[in-house]
Amino acid sequence: MAITGQVLRRNLPENVEVFDDSPSGSLELHVLAVDDSVVDRMVIERLLKISSCKVTTVESGTRALQYLGLDGEKGPVGFDGLKVNLIMTDYSMPGMTGYELLKKIKGSSVLREIPVVIMSSENVLARIDRCLEEGAEEFLLKPVKLSDVRRLKDFITRGEGKDSGERSNHKRKREDDYASSSSPSSLTSPSPSPPSSSSSVLSASPSSSSASSSSSSARMSKRAKLRNKD
Amino acid sequence: MDGVAQLQKQLVDYTASLFQEGFLDEQFNQLQQLQDESNPDFVVEVVSLFFEDSERLLNELAKALEQKTIDFRKVDAHVHQFKGSSSSIGAQRVQKVCIAFRNYCEEQNIEGCLKCLQQVKHEYSLVKSKLETLFKIEKQLIAAGGSIPT
Repeated sequence: MAITGQVLRRNLPENVEVFDDSPSGSLELHVLAVDDSVVDRMVIERLLKISSCKVTTVESGTRALQYLGLDGEKGPVGFDGLKVNLIMTDYSMPGMTGYELLKKIKGSSVLREIPVVIMSSENVLARIDRCLEEGAEEFLLKPVKLSDVRRLKDFITRGEGKDSGERSNHKRKREDDYASSSSPSSLTSPSPSPPSSSSSVLSASPSSSSASSSSSSARMSKRAKLRNKD
Repeated sequence: MDGVAQLQKQLVDYTASLFQEGFLDEQFNQLQQLQDESNPDFVVEVVSLFFEDSERLLNELAKALEQKTIDFRKVDAHVHQFKGSSSSIGAQRVQKVCIAFRNYCEEQNIEGCLKCLQQVKHEYSLVKSKLETLFKIEKQLIAAGGSIPT
């Protein structure tokens, strides 16, 4: 996960040690949480704070884009002083859906490297696929649990070189899959990520086709993981 | 201290019954895990927010279903929200009615929707009063010098 690592290093002031240090605690992620539900905003905020993250919550995709400086003339410097390391967004929201927000973020040269996680109460495979293909790092089923947030935080902060158990197995599977797949098919949806960040393993693998019969086993294993959630 | 022990037992038993009867599910436990010394009132706060939000949604639902021409998408949107928030705090029975409610919306079945509205109001008022009782016991326990068993 060298790319993710670089993203994080770039986003932090020089004197802050990154994950070369011992894990959890030395690195405070700033998470932007987007959800139209006032109850869910409160819960996600608490989940993140108890996991030692800084949190900003907004109620809509529009507000999220405003916060990120993507709307209007603000440009890349409008981060409200605090860089965002992760965006967690609800899928079903009035106005702009989480998917639409994801597309806008991944379509922005300024913001596309920020990992985006989608949350949804509905376990719809087509939806999950769509989001992963568009570059979402992860798709969480609501209600989001503490273990989800911990796992997410580990993934975002640890990156490569650290043995994060399940996560690195997951990665290894994908890398093998990528290496062994011969992908002659032209059914691949265009990769939304620029070349520099397409190595982000947990986002949609560009080699996988979206056809149901030949889905990458990596995506299936992620789906299986989602389905096995209690 | 007899008083504290008694209240603790009362709390544990009452909580267990709420789970057993399906009023609450695992997600409620998750919320309790998010409560600590730095945020000792988290559960009460989020549940209070749920109550407020639910009352708003129930009003919206009643209004939407009173219309001459019912906008089922609007009704569904409110039910979806209600389903989400009840799921987030572990109000299982409310959530279950919401699922049935959404099916009726999809079928554009007015009678089904009206029935579900009554059901969801009923389940909501049940879980509300149960949670209020739960919080009351907790308050008594803390006032007696005890602490909430984790």
